[in-house]
Amino acid sequence: MPDLLAARSQMGVSLAFHIVFAVIGIAMPLMMVVAERRWQVTGHAIYLDLAKRWAKGTAILFAVGAVSGTVLSFELGLLWPGFMQFAGAIIGMPFSLEGFAFFTEAIFLGIYLYGWDRISRRAHLWAGVAVAVSGAASGVFVVIANAWMNAPTGFDLVTGQAVNVDPIAAMGNAAALSQTLHMTLAAYAATGFAVAGIHASLLLKDPANAFHRRALGIALLVGGPAAVLQPISGDLSARHLAVHQPVKLAAAEALFRTRAGAPLSLGGWPDMAARQTRFAVEIPYGLSLLAFHDPRAEVLGLDAVSPDEWPNVPAVHLSFQVMVALGTYLAVVALWAGCLAWRRADLAHQRWLMRAIALATPLGFLAVEAGWMVTELGRQPWVIYGVLKTRDAVTPMPGLVVPFLTFTLLYCFLGVIVVWLLYRQIIRSPAVPEWRGFYMPGGGKRDAGGQA
Amino acid sequence: MSLPDVLAGIIFLALNAYALLGGADFGGGVWDLMARGPRKERQRELIADAIGPVWEANHVWLILAVVLLFTAFPPAFARLGTLLHIPLSLVLIGIVLRGSAFTFWRYGSHGDEEQRHWGVTFAVASLITPLLLGTTAGAIAAGAVGDGGATREGFYGTYVAPWLTPFTLSVGLFALIAFAFLAAVYLTFEASERELREDFRRRALGAGVALFVAAALALFLSRAHAPLVRDALIFAAWAVPLHLLTGAAALAALAALWFRRWRLARVAAAAQVSLILWGWALSQHPYILPPDLTIAAAAAPAVTLRLALGALALGAVVLLPSLYYLFRVFKGSRRPVVPHDA
Repeated sequence: MPDLLAARSQMGVSLAFHIVFAVIGIAMPLMMVVAERRWQVTGHAIYLDLAKRWAKGTAILFAVGAVSGTVLSFELGLLWPGFMQFAGAIIGMPFSLEGFAFFTEAIFLGIYLYGWDRISRRAHLWAGVAVAVSGAASGVFVVIANAWMNAPTGFDLVTGQAVNVDPIAAMGNAAALSQTLHMTLAAYAATGFAVAGIHASLLLKDPANAFHRRALGIALLVGGPAAVLQPISGDLSARHLAVHQPVKLAAAEALFRTRAGAPLSLGGWPDMAARQTRFAVEIPYGLSLLAFHDPRAEVLGLDAVSPDEWPNVPAVHLSFQVMVALGTYLAVVALWAGCLAWRRADLAHQRWLMRAIALATPLGFLAVEAGWMVTELGRQPWVIYGVLKTRDAVTPMPGLVVPFLTFTLLYCFLGVIVVWLLYRQIIRSPAVPEWRGFYMPGGGKRDAGGQA
Repeated sequence: MSLPDVLAGIIFLALNAYALLGGADFGGGVWDLMARGPRKERQRELIADAIGPVWEANHVWLILAVVLLFTAFPPAFARLGTLLHIPLSLVLIGIVLRGSAFTFWRYGSHGDEEQRHWGVTFAVASLITPLLLGTTAGAIAAGAVGDGGATREGFYGTYVAPWLTPFTLSVGLFALIAFAFLAAVYLTFEASERELREDFRRRALGAGVALFVAAALALFLSRAHAPLVRDALIFAAWAVPLHLLTGAAALAALAALWFRRWRLARVAAAAQVSLILWGWALSQHPYILPPDLTIAAAAAPAVTLRLALGALALGAVVLLPSLYYLFRVFKGSRRPVVPHDA
């Protein structure tokens, strides 16, 4: 395995692993705070149990997210010293701010997890709010740094060196708004639907179980609106790409030739030899409409740059299709559930809806992974778009396949443990017989303390 | 004092906080591994109880130091990542295993066999990580992360030999003992039962004496391997006062332990370790990576440094009250040792 590929693979595995926990760390605290607030308002112990259970899940996942995030911050230097040497001064700012946001999150998570009987109820709820807000903020800062790699600004390039560095301008780069919006919504949608999906599959067996009904309600409240809004933010991203990162959009759409009135290709497989996309369903003018809101607009194809500056077109195209398809599915299910809830239907007894939500459990996370494949693979061969090639940023140390395999094994091992632990501690246990007695209205007379 | 010096000082301050807080969490793992006697399980509970609420926050000091380092001194970070790739990767594996094992141990159901396995993983990772962290620090002090130029040959010569010397290993050992010492001293303060407190008092006294031995060993080996740092530690104008202060803190810590003045012991032990760290920092000033890369030469443009300083001020406004609150809630007074769940 060539060293560059090993380094890219190690970074890819580290990111793909970390992002799951990062996303949960953003959205899970919100759900736990909503549950706690409902407990404080209604006095139903079932909400307290939910809040504590979700807090426990957050604790496990946050811990793994914290250590895998530490790995990433070091890997920037271990694998990409050339990148950090060039970019550190320009883009260190959002990383530093992320450090502070993460610090705040860690402090208040400690207070939240261990402070149930040490601080007042009001202070405890606010500690949870601080976790949720700082979690979202740290995600935003990190994505701003990534956005800069896609739309670098805030410096002048003079003989390969960055001069006139302006970190504030770098943070306000053209990709920052669309990327942070898209990622934050993705975090809420993916986590909300994952939790909703778990409880929906349990409700299929036991539709009257009050615990799962309330968990489902809160999870959909967090995930549903985000899933509905996500296509709109996706449109914003596509329009940004069309102007600032045309090669990435061309690869995502497998558009080989620059043309006006470009169609939108659904599915299909890019034939790299023939330079055309086969078996795709084409929607006439679709891409021009999406990219510029004008059916006749010209969209740049891959032919705009020489082939040695193309990313891996099939991989980017496939990832993009997967992301869009899964995102659309989540949005449709969210609308479906929203309509039924609007008409005051009893969602838990809508078996097809429950099946659809249960199916969605992993899909949000798959969409997140696919989306990152689009943005990271789609930028290649550049690490800083148009400025620094990935191969010029990699460490000179040989034998990188060894750390790649080591960290991959470590993460596989951790992944298995986390899933197993969550299953045993969080997901399986609420099915204990005590909750069977609680049916929808009027439950919560009994003390839920035993589960905490 | 120049702007780069201020930033370098703040980064070192973050490392100092990491050593005092995160380091003690590592030290807790060491005492978990060495739990002995009739109160074995209660010792472990006390350790887990002491670490639980604060260890995530304690860990972030390291992340803060790293992001500030690559923001303010990008070439230093790039060089560290390249030449110390192997020990830093091993440190990371240790951090990952320790952090996750602690959580799995904490949140699994108590008392069964597999729980104990996580406890062991946590403890072993707590042993190895400080050793390697110390080794890394030793390599920097020894000037191994300098621009070696053509003198380095082959994979071993470039990526292994510089950090694998008797001196760097002795610094690793020193770090491990220092962390264990801090943990034992803190635990005497946090234990509420007399017997437990005495357990950790004995451990703290033992570790305190071992620390002297390890320091002497590192100083002896520095003659051959880290002459730059050694010369500064002996001949610089600040050297004698600093050594006197460090010695006073060390003796105060041991005396306070001897006379069971727990609060004083905590302060003196923290002061002792901090003074040793700052002695290292002063001894290699103005270099960030001796023997050739100075703080000034590695510094990012002034605008970046000023903004980083602004962010630090802003962050401090949020962080310091939050940290104060965290430690007031969980560390302000002794609490009964009960296996509580979160």
